[in-house]
This record gives sequence, C-alpha cells and structure tokens, in this order.
Amino acid sequence: MSEAGVFTPMPGGAPITRQVVAQALMEAKLMLRNGEQLLLAVVIPVMVLIGGVTAGNAIDLDLGTDRALVDILTPGVLALAIMSTSFTSLAIATGFERRYGVIKRLGASPLPRTGLLAGKVLALGCVQLVQLFIIGGVGQILGWTPAAGFGTVLAFFLAIAMGTLAFASLGLFVAGVLRAEATLAAANLIYLLLLAGGAVVLPLTAYGAYGGVAHWLPSGALGEAVRIAFLDGVPAWRDLGVLLIWAVLGSTLTARTFKWE
Amino acid sequence: MTYGDKTAVDGLSLSVAEGSITAVLGPNGAGKTTTLETCEGYRRPQQGTVRVLGLDPIADRKQLLPRIGVMLQGQGAWSGVRAMEMLKHIARLHAHPLDVDYLAERLGLGECGRTPYRRLSGGQQQRLGLAMALVGRPELVFVDEPTAGMDPQGRRTTWELLRELRTDGVTVVLTTHYLEEAEELADQVHIIDRGRMIASGSPLELTRGGATATVRLVVTKPFPPGARESLRQALGEDTEVTLLDERSMRVTGKADPTTLAKVSRWCEENEVLPESLTLGRRSLEDVFLDLTGELHLTDGVEHV
Repeated sequence: MSEAGVFTPMPGGAPITRQVVAQALMEAKLMLRNGEQLLLAVVIPVMVLIGGVTAGNAIDLDLGTDRALVDILTPGVLALAIMSTSFTSLAIATGFERRYGVIKRLGASPLPRTGLLAGKVLALGCVQLVQLFIIGGVGQILGWTPAAGFGTVLAFFLAIAMGTLAFASLGLFVAGVLRAEATLAAANLIYLLLLAGGAVVLPLTAYGAYGGVAHWLPSGALGEAVRIAFLDGVPAWRDLGVLLIWAVLGSTLTARTFKWE
Repeated sequence: MTYGDKTAVDGLSLSVAEGSITAVLGPNGAGKTTTLETCEGYRRPQQGTVRVLGLDPIADRKQLLPRIGVMLQGQGAWSGVRAMEMLKHIARLHAHPLDVDYLAERLGLGECGRTPYRRLSGGQQQRLGLAMALVGRPELVFVDEPTAGMDPQGRRTTWELLRELRTDGVTVVLTTHYLEEAEELADQVHIIDRGRMIASGSPLELTRGGATATVRLVVTKPFPPGARESLRQALGEDTEVTLLDERSMRVTGKADPTTLAKVSRWCEENEVLPESLTLGRRSLEDVFLDLTGELHLTDGVEHV
C-alpha cells in the first residue's frame, strides 16, 4: 500500500438526489444563459403577450368569447412558453449534447441515465418557473385576473406536467433521430408552425372549423388545458387525455429510436 | 470488435496490474480507443470477456462507474460551459471529490477557469478532460491520448501528474501513439496494431530484446554493392543488418565488445569512411517499426 497522497483513491458517487439536482441546475443555468434559448423561453412569449393584448384591444379583436382578451392570451402565452422549453429548447440542447460528447462524458460519470433524464425534467421545471413569474408578472401588469383557488393551481400543475411530458418526449425523439443542425432547424420550424396554427396562444374558437383538428394537436390540447385552468379553475380532463396520448406516442418513439451517443 | 466489415480489435488479451501505469501503444486506427471504450462499458464485446476491477463493464456498469475515471479523446463538455464550472459539475456527482481549485492549479487551468469550453485551446481542453477524469478520486483511470495536442510543457506537467497518481496508488491505463510517452511513463507497454497485440513487456524488456545492441553506421559515400551481405558475414549469424538508406545501415544483434571493432575493421577492408558509428540500446521506436513493419509484410500472422 502506498502512503496517503492527494490522489489516493476514495471513489464513489454522490447521493443520487444531489446528482440529479446538480444536473438540473447546471442545465437550467446553461439554458437561461444561452441567448437564443432565452429569446425562445422569455422574450418571444412576452412580446407575443404584450403585442397581442395591446393590438387586440386596439382593433377590438373578437375571439368568440365574452372574456377579457388578457385573460385568454396570458394562459395561451404560458402554454407557448411551456411548449418552447419542453420541446424546442430540450430538443436543441440534447441534439448538441450528443454532438459535443456531453452525454458520452456523463455516461462515464456516476450519474445514471435515469438520473440524467430526471435532471433534464427538473431543469425544464426550473426554467418554466422563471417563465411563469415573468409572463405571469407581465400579464398582471396588463390586467390579467386568473380564477382564484386551489382548483386553478391543481389544474395548471396538471397541464404543465402533462404538457411537459408530451412535448419533452417528442423533443427527445427529434433530437434522437436527427443530426444536431437538423434538430435545430426542425425544432424551430415546428415551434413556429404550432405558434401560428397550433391553437396554443389563441383559443380553438379563433380557428373556426380547423379548431376541431387543432384540438387534437399537443399544442391545442395544452393551450386549452392552461386556458381552462385559469379561466374556470378546473382540470381539462379531455385535453389532459390528449396530451397523455401524445406522451405515450412520443415516449414509445423515443424509446425505440433514441441513442444517447 | 468489428465495425461493418472492418475488424477493429481482434483476439486481444491483456491484463493490467494494480497501481501501475500501462500504456497501450499503436498507430492511428490500431484499435486503442476501441479497446479502452470496451473497458469503460461504452461497447459490448462481441466475443471474449472484459473484467475491470473484477466487474463486467456492461452488466455491472452502475457499480463500476463511480470507481473509474475516464478521459475521452476530445470534447465531452457543453460548448458554452466555463472550464471551472464543468469541473465543479463533475465533482458534484462524486462522493469525495478532489479540491477542484487545487486540481485546476496543478493542471494549469487557473487562467482559463472562466473561459467557455469552445474557446479553450486544444491543450486546455485536454487538461480539463484529464481533470474531469481525476476529480472523483478513482481507483483506476483510463486516459485516451492524454497529451495529444499539448505543448511540451503541458506534456511534462501531465506526465508528472500521472506518475504521482501511480505513487498514490491509482492504476493508470493510457493510450498513446507517442513512443517517448510510453517509454517515459509506463511500467508495461502493450503494442497493438490492426487490433492485435504484437508485443508486451516493460519498456526495458521490449528495448533490450535479450541483450540486443544496435549499431548505427553512417558513411560518407554510398555503400559498395553487396555491402549488407559482406558486413553480415563479417559479424556472424546472430546479427541482422538493415540497409536504412544508401549511406546508413543498422546492425542489430548480440551485444558484444567486439561488435564495434568488427564493424570498424569491415569499413577499413571495404574502404568506406565512417561518418558516424554509434552503439546504443534499441529505442522503443526501433521495436515498434520492426514489429509493425514486419506485421504488414506478413499479413494475417498472429504474433504474441
């Protein structure tokens, strides 16, 4: 035996919760520090909210309901933010992690795959919390009055959870089958398409007959679930069910195709 | 291990002693990285058995990973992460990490601690990679070409550190294509080429080749025809004479006080004027060139 030195082996993994928290904070920090990601996560949603409310009020926009415009748009923008983080940001980040060998490097660390996945989900939660405060704050300034009570909180939590699950599994699927650059392009394109025609910011009633189709999209379902949570204070079980179907579909595809390296 | 129809590692058998430095030496594409990655659990061997610290790298991955340190060949960090941030992150995943500031100072990462990974030089990225492999205080480290792309000073620092690891009881397995590195550092050297082991031993054993001496003869004018054969005859059966170019030859054979005298007398008899006549131990480079050169000529013959 050699004498104790600086490098004398004392191996071991940290407790798993500490590892997952470390991973989550690291990923959240990197996401919020990246300019493009921040643009997607906060700046665009805030612009959509302010622009939508001011322009909509100026032209007396009729969305087919008697609710105040800000009460409809704020939940929609929150849904958009959840979508951008869980889907676009996650897909892009994971695509480049594969490319840069980060996942390979972490694969040789004590952090297990499940821990890495848990860290990613927790990181999404952290970023979403930041988004909620900023977008919710801007909404309040614009006069947003959400339904009060525990029902609203529960319904919103369920919508975030199911929406994140559905979009994250789809995001990982895209990141797993495409190269990093193609993931970047595809994730942004899908985001823009869903922003415009996915019934996420605007309610289904604004889309006429096409609303029936959009209702089955994960974006439409998430948008409705968040709107119903804040307008009526109850969980939108039908939309949560649609998100569950997408989550099952996304997870199955990801499990079949995803390669960590 | 095969990739498509290309066999990367074939019938390789080696073991590593605890608390030693083992070098896996070979040219590019020899199968060094594939061998290492199989030990690290990244690749499943198609045939044969791999045991690392007595564990199966695939089946027992969870138990094995905290005990080993891995330095990959390049990359392995987010592009926007700062150097020290990355090192601290890997440290947090371990139960008893080294002091990150000390480690960074030892590896000369102090001045680039806040630099994003993508802006680090190749050498800095390498040193950070080594730091990440060591920070968890592993029993065994696998380092893949640790000094590739480093300046001479960085190379010295890294060598010192690897020697210190051995002193402190860490087992080191490194791949390299620098012969000098293997010769300087390793207790055991395994030379592989085209996925096969072609020689194993300590640097001394490999270069000694059983009391073999090397004489290098450089002359002022091109050798006369038949010079190689006539010198061989003069020296006897146990020596091998290689014509390196038209003005230099290498004599390999049993070390003998008379060898140098015989070569000198042969020069006199053949009226060639030596420009230099040197006697020396074979370098690992000689061994390597002999072995890999030979293997390529007699393709398919298994050594060891």
